Amino acid sequence: MGLSSEDALSSEHGLSSEHVELVRTVRRFAVQEVAPVIGGYYQRGELPYPLLERMGAMGLFGLPFPEEYGGMGGDYLALCLALEELARVDSSLAITLEAGVGLGAMPIFRFGTEAQRLRWLPDLCTGRALGAFGLTEPGGGSDAGATRTTARREGDQWVIDGSKAFITNSGTAITSLVTVTAVTGRAEDGRPRISTIIVPAGTEGFSVAPGYSKVGWTASDTHELSFADCRVPADHLLGEEGRGYAQFLSILDEGRIAIAALSVGLAQGCIDECVAYVGEREAFGHKIGASQVLQFKLADMDARTHVARLAWRDAAARLLAGQPVKREAAIAKLVASDAAMVNAREATQIFGGAGFMNDTAVGRFYRDAKILEIGEGTSEVQRMLIARHLGLPVTT
Amino acid sequence: MNVVVCVKQIPDPAAPGALDPQSHTLVREGKLILDDSDAYGVEMGLQLAGDAGEVTLVSMAPNQEVSGVRTALAMGAAKAIVVSDPALKGSDALSTAKVLAKAIERVGADLILAATESTDGYTGTTPVQVAELLGLPSVTFAKKVTVSDGKVRVERQTEAGFDEVECPMPCLVTVTAGVVEPRYPSFKGIMAAKSKPVDQLTVADLGLDASSVGAAGARQEITSVAAAEARGGGDIVVDEGDAHERIVQFLEQLKLV
Repeated sequence: MGLSSEDALSSEHGLSSEHVELVRTVRRFAVQEVAPVIGGYYQRGELPYPLLERMGAMGLFGLPFPEEYGGMGGDYLALCLALEELARVDSSLAITLEAGVGLGAMPIFRFGTEAQRLRWLPDLCTGRALGAFGLTEPGGGSDAGATRTTARREGDQWVIDGSKAFITNSGTAITSLVTVTAVTGRAEDGRPRISTIIVPAGTEGFSVAPGYSKVGWTASDTHELSFADCRVPADHLLGEEGRGYAQFLSILDEGRIAIAALSVGLAQGCIDECVAYVGEREAFGHKIGASQVLQFKLADMDARTHVARLAWRDAAARLLAGQPVKREAAIAKLVASDAAMVNAREATQIFGGAGFMNDTAVGRFYRDAKILEIGEGTSEVQRMLIARHLGLPVTT
Repeated sequence: MNVVVCVKQIPDPAAPGALDPQSHTLVREGKLILDDSDAYGVEMGLQLAGDAGEVTLVSMAPNQEVSGVRTALAMGAAKAIVVSDPALKGSDALSTAKVLAKAIERVGADLILAATESTDGYTGTTPVQVAELLGLPSVTFAKKVTVSDGKVRVERQTEAGFDEVECPMPCLVTVTAGVVEPRYPSFKGIMAAKSKPVDQLTVADLGLDASSVGAAGARQEITSVAAAEARGGGDIVVDEGDAHERIVQFLEQLKLV
């Protein structure tokens, strides 16, 4: 296997020796524990609980959180590095980690009261439980402001009605909560006031549909959720009432960096697989790696991946330094998801018929790549954000 | 209980290795990593030491190398002794055992654990020589280790099955891969490992005579190295009604049935 991402590590970007050691550890885990078994889970469409348990024991779910809540006391960069290394072998596990940390635990940590943090985070940080975030609705994804789910206050309870679509980690055997966005009123100008409310798994009136049949990420857990007269205590409001959308937007930028890192992992995984393959496979009396056509393809794949890696590392460095990252996160997500998509297509082409088989890694990569151009803001949304940064007018 | 685990830091097996043309031994100049086979001993040590005891690592390595030792510290070992000295170049298994034994004497241990053999050298003789030099009993090829009443109980892997062996402590036990499932270090562990004490010692610090170790003290010499025979193609049994008989015959030849 190539060591490109590790080589890039040791060069610059201010990675500490601990970050480098983390990368090596996750890499070892992915190659030794994940790679041999993930294909079966993927084909069965089954969440790999034993692997999640080991990831929990390694502290991956607690990487960016303080030790007092059961976290590892690391930072967001550490999480992104782990995501890249996991996705280099498998994206289902990587997205389960990304969603568990970024969407499940992070909102609780960022906006929760001390009581909410102490109640939910220790299990989320150690992987004993998974959290989910219900934003997208069946009626629309990118237009989060058009939320239809409502929550009204009755006495000391919130009563939630509505539904959510494509919610990762929402129906696992260890899902402990789903945080949902809901309209809790109207502002004077008629705009909806959106709030976020924690709904514990198993709450009456909260139902989870059977898992979707997905094109990719099939070993991850995704469901449609519905809420009918679903009642939770008033203190389950997360953060400020009416600030739900703003709160969500503030964690979206870092989520984009995470998806960019995950995308780079997939793009690198394509290179790893292809370099090994062209060194073995023979056609017309030669190893196909001796073909310049394939070498140029692989050179482009490597260049694309390197640039995308620099983009997410730059965005992460700014995030850690407390600088604005909206533009950089959008650029990273845009170029990295593109690199993943193009590399997956090229890798499948290089593998030929074998790449079209579900039991090859590149077959999985091909199916897993497309969603990267959609989730956490589509590529079009990223371009819109970048264009706004150029001072261009708001378009329709 | 205090456990010492002997760990070897080896060149990354994923990278192409090279043999020194003069000594015919593996070139161990670059960055070294923890031998995978030692991770089992470290894990076993951590489980046996419990909260009351601790695990101390002992390693002999060129150029003050500690990368592999840090990995074992990140898993949870408390401290390490790394012996590094130009005089140790060319050490054979016995020289290595002398060094490790001296280092272990400085710590004192209820139990010493080691892998059955290293992944780069495969002599498999160092651990028992350490035990002999320390005047301690040793039990090899453990596939299960438990401790109670000052004794260690070992299920010792044999060709036919396993022996149950009981041995008074202190003693040395070599563990096979699979004795326990080694943990992967957490990020917290990785960060903590940075500040854990690593005692860097020389041959003189151990009170050893430089002429008794390294190439000077070696009793063993590799006179030549030859490439291993390429693996044969194997036999394919095509079923013509008697395949089961031929397979049984084949297994009988190998004394597997």
